[in-house]
Amino acid sequence: MPTVIFIEPDGAEYPIAVKNGTTARDAAVNNGVPGIDGDCGGECACATCHVHVDAAWIARTGMAEPGGMEANLLQFAEGSTENSRLACQITMTDDLDGLTLRIPDGQH
Amino acid sequence: MTTDTLVRDPASTVPLSRMDVSDPKLFQNDTIGSYFARLRREDPVHYCPESAYGPYWSVTKFNDIMQVEVNHQTFSSEAKIGGIAIQDMQTGEGALELEMFIAMDPPKHDAQRKAVSPAVAPSNLVLLEPIIRERAGLILDSLPIGEEIDWVDRVSVELTTMTLATLFDFPWEERRRLTRWSDVATATPETGVVSSWEQRREELLECAYYFKDLWDKRINESPKSDLISMMAHSPATRDMPFLEFLGNLMLLIVGGNDTTRNSISGGVLALNQNPAEYRKLMADPGLIPKMIPEIIRWQTPLTHMRRTALMDAEIGGKKIRKGDKVVMWYMSGNRDEEVIDRPDEFIIDRPNSRHHLSFGFGVHRCMGNRVAELQLRIIWEEILKRFSKVEVVGAPERTLSNFIHGFTHLPVKLHAH
Ligand code: HEM
Ligand code: FES
Repeated sequence: MPTVIFIEPDGAEYPIAVKNGTTARDAAVNNGVPGIDGDCGGECACATCHVHVDAAWIARTGMAEPGGMEANLLQFAEGSTENSRLACQITMTDDLDGLTLRIPDGQH
Repeated sequence: MTTDTLVRDPASTVPLSRMDVSDPKLFQNDTIGSYFARLRREDPVHYCPESAYGPYWSVTKFNDIMQVEVNHQTFSSEAKIGGIAIQDMQTGEGALELEMFIAMDPPKHDAQRKAVSPAVAPSNLVLLEPIIRERAGLILDSLPIGEEIDWVDRVSVELTTMTLATLFDFPWEERRRLTRWSDVATATPETGVVSSWEQRREELLECAYYFKDLWDKRINESPKSDLISMMAHSPATRDMPFLEFLGNLMLLIVGGNDTTRNSISGGVLALNQNPAEYRKLMADPGLIPKMIPEIIRWQTPLTHMRRTALMDAEIGGKKIRKGDKVVMWYMSGNRDEEVIDRPDEFIIDRPNSRHHLSFGFGVHRCMGNRVAELQLRIIWEEILKRFSKVEVVGAPERTLSNFIHGFTHLPVKLHAH
């Protein structure tokens, strides 16, 4: 059971242990993490699951593929940076145990 | 519904091959729902070979609509090949076409949206919340208790106009001009809003000069948090060609006008039709933030968006040909029992209430959705503080349109606490 840790803009932390194969978006939505609405249901179609991947982890999650739908949506999201990802496009595996994702300021 | 009414109901008797859901009257008389229900059951991706708008496809299921939304490479919003509504965009004589990114494809769409979107970013909106709340309060305080009034005119239009005026820091006494320009921008001579293309053009030019004037003033003042000031000062937008600026501005006005107005009216009607939900709300005003997305799903203020196929494609097993007109009926998808539990019920504390189609999805997903939600939340908070009930006391009158799903008249009586 890998753990994903969400950090709110005010510093509050939400560590959530999930089954392998769960997306970070589902982990957040099913556990009521504020700021991750996930309106489209994880279809990569709304950008309401925008997170900043902690710098220490970005090599392992990878960046949004340039020109793909995820990058298309991220360009309009408030506070988007090169470490931005959509949480529904990150699938948790043991390899990502401890993954730290920050909720962008003002996302809600 | 008894079998007897089912038999007489044209929605169930018309042959599928002649089923045309584009008739605006079906929306005005509120019978469209049973047509969509039949299409979802019997022919979810439906071809109508002949209609007042030419041949078109109807996509009626939630997941099929989603598939069209996310595939903008195949399904285009471009104005020049038809645009975003079942009625092709007007390129008539003297039409004065405003360029709006809602009717553009990437990459042009992306550049424009990126430039304008910070103006409606949530962090900017929190600055406007106290002003919107205060002004909403003043409007509600001016209403008579216990007397029949038209909720549409006295409240929904007034509140929406007020918010727009606040967002733009538009001269307060002249704010109804915004409503007028919004109506004119979407009007054709047939609608009666304007009598000719010439008149439409003149009014829009007047609007253009008015905003040019505001822009010139704001650019010479220090930056503020209203949208015009933000656009006049932001590096991404300050050198925007004037017609582009005007197009974007009109898009913000039009996009937020009828949609929010009709959500305000629709919420009142839905709560009256579902008294148990109204009681639940009065007992716990903390439910308001959950209720707002449910109101927006329930109302579905824009019945559809349209795309044009740039290449052959397949949706729900049907072959779509290059050049075909594809209509995504959000109103239908929002009642799709395969995706939404008990879709025909209005449930203010519905789990997962944000999972609806009313704002669209993909790169064109509504840019003002946070503005709309904020405005509705504030309004309902202020309504609950003041009135024990907004009682609907007569039949609502609905808009004659297959695009804007709303009300022209909603008689209510207010009850004090
Ligand atoms: C309940 C209220 C509203 C509803 C139901 C609504 C609905 C929609 C829909 C369906 C779309 C097109 C989605 C698509 O093509 O896939 C859209 C786009 C848009 N809306 Fe809204 N809207 C609302 C309020 C607002 C407000 C308040 C504003 C402005 C402040 C606004 C500004 C826009 C803009 C600029 C676009 C174009 C986005 C793009 O093409 O990238 N809307 N809206
Ligand atoms: S949940 Fe909609 S994009 Fe991730």
